[in-house]
Amino acid sequence: MAVTTTPPPRGAAPRPSSDAGDTAGAAARAASTGRLAGRVFGALSTGAGVLILVTLAAVAVFLVLRAWPALTASREELEAISWFNGGSVAEYVGPLIFGTLLASLLALLLAVPVSIGIALFISHYAPRRLAQGLGYLIDLLAAIPSVVYGLWGALWLIGRLDPVFAWLSSNLGFIPLFADYQAPAKNIMSASVVLAVMILPIITAVSREVFLQTPRLHEEASLALGATRWEMVRQAVLPFGRSGVISASMLGLGRALGETMAVLMVISPGFLFSFFLLKPGQQQTIAANIASKFPEASGLSVSALIATGLALFVITFVVNFAARWVIARRAEFSGAN
Amino acid sequence: MKLTPHSRFGAVALTGALALTLAACSSGSSAEPGATSGAGDAPAELSGSLAGAGASSQEKAVAGWIAGFNDTYPDVAVSYDAVGSGGGREQFLAGAVQFAGSDAALKDDELEAATERCEGGEALELPLYISPIAVVYNLPDVDTEHLQLSAATIAKIFNREITTWDDAAIAAENPDVTLPSTGIIPVNRSDESGTTENFTEYLEAASDGAWPHEASGDWPLSGGQSGQGTQGVIDTVSGAKGAIGYADASRAGDLGTVALKVGEEYVPFSAEAAAKVVDASPRAEGATDKRLVVELDRTTTEAGAYPLVLISYSIACSTYADAADADNVKAYLTYVASAAGQDRAADPGVAGSAPISDDLRTEVQAAIDSITAA
Repeated sequence: MAVTTTPPPRGAAPRPSSDAGDTAGAAARAASTGRLAGRVFGALSTGAGVLILVTLAAVAVFLVLRAWPALTASREELEAISWFNGGSVAEYVGPLIFGTLLASLLALLLAVPVSIGIALFISHYAPRRLAQGLGYLIDLLAAIPSVVYGLWGALWLIGRLDPVFAWLSSNLGFIPLFADYQAPAKNIMSASVVLAVMILPIITAVSREVFLQTPRLHEEASLALGATRWEMVRQAVLPFGRSGVISASMLGLGRALGETMAVLMVISPGFLFSFFLLKPGQQQTIAANIASKFPEASGLSVSALIATGLALFVITFVVNFAARWVIARRAEFSGAN
Repeated sequence: MKLTPHSRFGAVALTGALALTLAACSSGSSAEPGATSGAGDAPAELSGSLAGAGASSQEKAVAGWIAGFNDTYPDVAVSYDAVGSGGGREQFLAGAVQFAGSDAALKDDELEAATERCEGGEALELPLYISPIAVVYNLPDVDTEHLQLSAATIAKIFNREITTWDDAAIAAENPDVTLPSTGIIPVNRSDESGTTENFTEYLEAASDGAWPHEASGDWPLSGGQSGQGTQGVIDTVSGAKGAIGYADASRAGDLGTVALKVGEEYVPFSAEAAAKVVDASPRAEGATDKRLVVELDRTTTEAGAYPLVLISYSIACSTYADAADADNVKAYLTYVASAAGQDRAADPGVAGSAPISDDLRTEVQAAIDSITAA
């Protein structure tokens, strides 16, 4: 499920707005090249818009229906499932939500600064021909399936991270975050590094498009006042692109939250509310846990897993809502108008 | 988008399809090859479909058996859905599949349901998949073929009471080996599995109380290194010096494997040693000549027996409503129990299991021969 962002031409809107259906329909009507064609196209695009809502509702209904037996099950019934920790779905899913958020936020922490750097390099520093090639390369990275990243992480990266983590743990081990590292590096930090690499392309691609749309006048005004290139970026490009970078990060976060294979193959799972980043067997993410437990699950245990899926569904919903809210609030200050 | 044995299964199915066409080409000229020894008469023309479901432990072996079976009977479409032992027994009792694979024997209430499902007949439970589990370790500098460990020492290692390789308990069992002071990293399966269940069962039974946890398919300790599936464990153990784990013996590869203390001797795993413990073990309570349920004797002192094995049963009916089903199941199980079928599964490229002994085969074949149509 690769999110491909085909770069729109310079000056075009960075992302299709959510009410594309309405505007497309209106445009078709205005063109008046035939009332029937206009109406058909309008109906088709409205249908497409409705379809996505119906799909979303269907997924939500499915999750609630299938999770219901687990949500209403008694303590004894749930404890009969051999891998079930805690006495209720909420107790079981708590550490998983914690692990999912921790892994995703760490990944974001690692990926966003690098992404902004790459995006700025492509949009404002690199020679034009290099920038184009680099842009394509970044888009290509976004299309690599996550299982390949998982294999790369599990078979190659873990061995390379080992000396780094060993050094961190022996020198900064007095900070609980880095204490008690145990080889091989199958901990949440490694998983976050793999996730960071996975979400790098999408954040970079969207940020780059936003930076490229900085009004030429703003940039030139800044330069004319004697600003260096770095000062110009700071004064004109970054404030303009801020909301775009935030929405790019949220897209990346969405991908990190739902990522399964890469985490499954890299992490030694555990079910604790633990901030030990280098210790094995501390955290686990919802998606990886479902993939790990589902093949042998039956009956109530399937419902319990689907209930954790429902929790993930709600989290991604909340994250996306928060992102929209942040962007909407910031839009008026961004200088885009 | 999951890395499961399904892709491999697909490959095997493809091979099977190829073998099927080849067999179809050659069948006109000569007699059918691989005629089954136990059935006595020449293979009848069989056709139709034969569905099975159950334990994922024997999935790869079943894939091999289906391919081999189709060499002789190309017109029978055999399928096996690895839904897990419990799911397989459920589907079998509901009549959705003709045979099941299960790591555990039928429970009492399931036996009642089985009588109904089998038209008043009895359920067959045949121990046709025996897989030795190896305790693997990553100590490339230790110069010995097999480290020697007792169940109690292994239990303490996995319970994190023994934490370095030069611990006195390990040294006492390996007097001729220079042991490093490397820390021990125990690695377990992160997913629920029959391998974990059999391993913890062995530790519980044979360690004289050194293993304080109950046997379970889910690893009882948390906060340690683990791997997803057999390959995940092998990769994790390979990933760090001093790591120790447990996995299907056929997948141990370059890792060192432990020789287990049996009686006063130390026995490394081998197919013969694994088959031997099954023969040396008594039958479970309530076992009959059709339900060959083995109560694995983990504490056996039989010389040359390797007690850390996983048994997975093939479950079928003694009576089927449909004559074609009865013939198909009979022919399929006869092939599975035959030397050819057992050797095929024993191939490390297929499942690397341990072939059953000839004595057990005689009993199994007698049970299979009792399959009839109502």
